[in-house]
Amino acid sequence: MNLKTRLFGEVFSFDSVKEVLGKANEEKSGDQLAKTAAESVTERIAAKTVLSNLLLADLRNHPVVPYEEDEVTRVIQDDMNEKIYAEIKNWTAAELREWILDDKIRGSDIKRISRGLSSEMIAAVTKLMSDLDLIYAAKKINITAHCNTTIGREGTLAMRLQPNHPTDDIDGIMPSVMEGFSYGNGDAVLGLNPVNDGVSNVENILKHFDEFKNKWEIPTQISVLAHISTQMKAVKNGAPIDMFFQSIAGSEKGNEAFGVDVELLTEARELALKEGTSAGPNVMYFETGQGSELSSDAHHSADQLTMEARCYGLAKRFEPFLVNTVVGFIGPEYLYDGKQMIRAGLEDHFMGKLSGISMGVDCCYTNHMKTDQNDVEKLAVLLANAGCNYFIGVPVGDDVMLNYQAAGYHDAQAVREVVGLRPIREFEEWLKKMGLMKNGRLTSKAGDPSIFLNSNGVK
Amino acid sequence: MINEKDLTEIVERVIEELEKEESREAVDQAVKREAKSNNDEIVDITDVDLKKQFLVDNPENREAFLKLKESTSARLGVGRAGPRYKTETLLRFRADHAAAMDAVFTDVSDQLIDDMNLFKVKTLCRDKDEYLKRPDLGKKFSDETLAEISNKCEKNPQVQIYAADGLSSTAVEANLKDIFPAIKQGLEGYNIKIGTPFFVQYGRVASMEPIAKCLNAKVCCVLIGERPGLATAESLSCYMAYDAEIGMPESKRNVISNIHADGTPAVEAGAHIADVIKAMLEQKTSGLDLDI
Repeated sequence: MNLKTRLFGEVFSFDSVKEVLGKANEEKSGDQLAKTAAESVTERIAAKTVLSNLLLADLRNHPVVPYEEDEVTRVIQDDMNEKIYAEIKNWTAAELREWILDDKIRGSDIKRISRGLSSEMIAAVTKLMSDLDLIYAAKKINITAHCNTTIGREGTLAMRLQPNHPTDDIDGIMPSVMEGFSYGNGDAVLGLNPVNDGVSNVENILKHFDEFKNKWEIPTQISVLAHISTQMKAVKNGAPIDMFFQSIAGSEKGNEAFGVDVELLTEARELALKEGTSAGPNVMYFETGQGSELSSDAHHSADQLTMEARCYGLAKRFEPFLVNTVVGFIGPEYLYDGKQMIRAGLEDHFMGKLSGISMGVDCCYTNHMKTDQNDVEKLAVLLANAGCNYFIGVPVGDDVMLNYQAAGYHDAQAVREVVGLRPIREFEEWLKKMGLMKNGRLTSKAGDPSIFLNSNGVK
Repeated sequence: MINEKDLTEIVERVIEELEKEESREAVDQAVKREAKSNNDEIVDITDVDLKKQFLVDNPENREAFLKLKESTSARLGVGRAGPRYKTETLLRFRADHAAAMDAVFTDVSDQLIDDMNLFKVKTLCRDKDEYLKRPDLGKKFSDETLAEISNKCEKNPQVQIYAADGLSSTAVEANLKDIFPAIKQGLEGYNIKIGTPFFVQYGRVASMEPIAKCLNAKVCCVLIGERPGLATAESLSCYMAYDAEIGMPESKRNVISNIHADGTPAVEAGAHIADVIKAMLEQKTSGLDLDI
């Protein structure tokens, strides 16, 4: 294993695989904060060069958090297919990159090899890819999953309808739900982030969502994104749940900060399969985002991209219906501006697909980042071209509870038309039945949330 | 009894009056339009109450939806131009985001600092960019700065109050002149003594820790700008702690947030803050342990 190279005659040497991985990252404020970033652009490229020469076996044998110390590492390593790994362990990271990009290599080939990859290998190849590489390679890989409907089929783009409200007032939530559906959002999931994590509140919102879904016969999934233990209690009380949501991190310590571990997630999945309302078999929904490990001091001196790849390695065990990177949510100390946010979105999406999970992206930003809605729209168009399974949609891009901006309900249709995509098939049929969509275009009725009402209020 | 002729006359007179009334209105409107175009006056789009706005063309149930809309500040019923936003919706969003960004990226004016007889110090951050990227530096001061604070301030105060820009200079500009006298008045009513106030540029909440230690303050209290949302950029928070220590857990701090004209008004918040500080001094603790 060679951790040294020359660039323009100057010698660059590194102490560990972890250091090479960190310094090979594209510029991110979070890596600078964690002091894992390259000190100069030249050092970054030297690290990429060293990384490109590492064998996949080197990457497997040097996980950024040791196997003995961390259950996330154990999940990733234990779940690898050893036969497939043996075929590729002597490939360099550069060879893996070129193999993925090769004209003759199809998505099904990549999905097979994926079973022999560890998260560190996936992170490494991502660091060697340009933005267009990430789009091109991701486009090859289709990952479908089924809960009540099938997400991820080629040619589709789904949306999570996110009708958040600053006080969880159901009277204020429902008009957001109506508006979202009237714009063809909500085929990935109707999912609310609650302010109040209490069990009865979560049950109440779930019941309203379930009622609305059944009354209008909407082929989709519902979720209230409380802590997983709260959702489990709600289900045990008889609340209708199609899948369980939880935020996860790429280390055991990071998951501790979220109040979860592998055992709890395993138990939740079994409960969802037994007591959930959906057809399945994919009944889990995870959210992640570069920097979350550093924010709870659980990054083990590793860079944020590698930690993010490990989230997907963990998620994969639970065969999720959705995994969503909330790419610009945690602020400028992790992703400083639009350029970093767009890069991270493309990286996470590719890594998710290469890990074999149904991947979506919340293209978003906070008000203290140097970016604006134009960057969100750009990232959405790029990701739609890369075959992203779904985005988050909120009214006019403004989430009035989480106080950040994401893609808007309107973006769903505009992106679908520009890129030539459709909603999830069953959902599009429903839109047709409701008179909201015809031949993939919005009808004059679309965008009128009051179609779900009569003069006395809710129909 | 009124005869038919008289009745016809009355009706004709009324109609004539009405017509005059109408034409007068029309003239008034024309005059107003003319005046408007002469002044080149474009309405302030941020004056529009979004909760009452409904831009959907030919909706099925306008009134029923408007009624539901009263319960949320989400931007709903906005209609569309093709699959995109109407121009008004787009510009209003951009205006609200502009206010939020300006709140983060501009500085508190020296005018305000002078008007309030404060002196200004900086954390270890060199500029706004570094402040945003390095939360660790926004809670530390150089030895020289700590010496300056120590020289200019009364030592061992019962309560040390200071202001910091945090993530919204706009919040400090909008509230400081009202909230500071309100807290002072409240504390004076309880015979509690306040130390020398000042202003910290590029300050995070935890900047209170070295300040409390440097001045040996019993209670330390920072008035700091919150991360702005699109609804308001003027929201201020007040964080307080008893016997603040460097690296103390968040659970030892108390916070009163959402201080702005449409949230808790500054004057009201000031009185509340004085009560919390009084409780801290009496119970000699803060955070989750404080009984209020």
